[in-house]
Amino acid sequence: MTDFPAFPLADSWFGDLRFPMDVRIPSDVRFIEPIVGAVVRRCAEHALSPRACRLNVPVALTEAISNAILRGNHEDYTKGVRIRATLDDRALVLEVEDEGTGFDLEACVTGPDRADNLEREDGRGLFLMCSLMDRVEIVPADCSVVRLTLHRA
Amino acid sequence: MGFSVKKDGDTCVVQVEGQLIVGNRQELKQRVLDEIERGERRFLVDFRQTGYIDSSGLGVLVSLSKRIREVNGELRLSNLNEELRTLFELTKLDTLFQIA
Repeated sequence: MTDFPAFPLADSWFGDLRFPMDVRIPSDVRFIEPIVGAVVRRCAEHALSPRACRLNVPVALTEAISNAILRGNHEDYTKGVRIRATLDDRALVLEVEDEGTGFDLEACVTGPDRADNLEREDGRGLFLMCSLMDRVEIVPADCSVVRLTLHRA
Repeated sequence: MGFSVKKDGDTCVVQVEGQLIVGNRQELKQRVLDEIERGERRFLVDFRQTGYIDSSGLGVLVSLSKRIREVNGELRLSNLNEELRTLFELTKLDTLFQIA
């Protein structure tokens, strides 16, 4: 039994990736699972906590890439999403860059506390990212880059 | 990776194998909507073999929950591991769903 979700395509598509990672994928949601799987596998190999590999990293990174593909690039297949990842003895840092015009992170995060949000089908992605990572920020020099930081426990 | 649907008495059991995320959520939605069209009313979504769920996957479950309520049906979720339960608790969706 593995300590992280099974990603059958990850090794065949992105098997040679190592930290620091720097990879570009097309704006197609089918690429999300393989690249997330590759990052999670490397995190596990570098002894990031099992819970982080099962929950925080896959969910937050999926949300960031999904947001980049759907909202940043509007699923324009000619545009790409760049994913960078580094992991050292202090923290995992993930950067997801799209070719859109950026967004106001704080204005877009909606929490689940309002009753009318509970039955909404969308609107939980940024909230989950912020809840599962220690820090989520828009890179000041380039508003189309989201940086996620998770410290080692 | 995918979904399997089987009958257990009067309950339609949907197993989520792998991830439930933006790339496959519509498949799950369509599978359940098809079963509703066939007259099924009681659903159990089994997460025993599920890795993780993203916000799109949660959103599809919310959507299906509403649709099943509209036809006076029942939707239950089962076998959520600790991490999946955390997702439902963070989003307060544990208050919306019957979680076994």
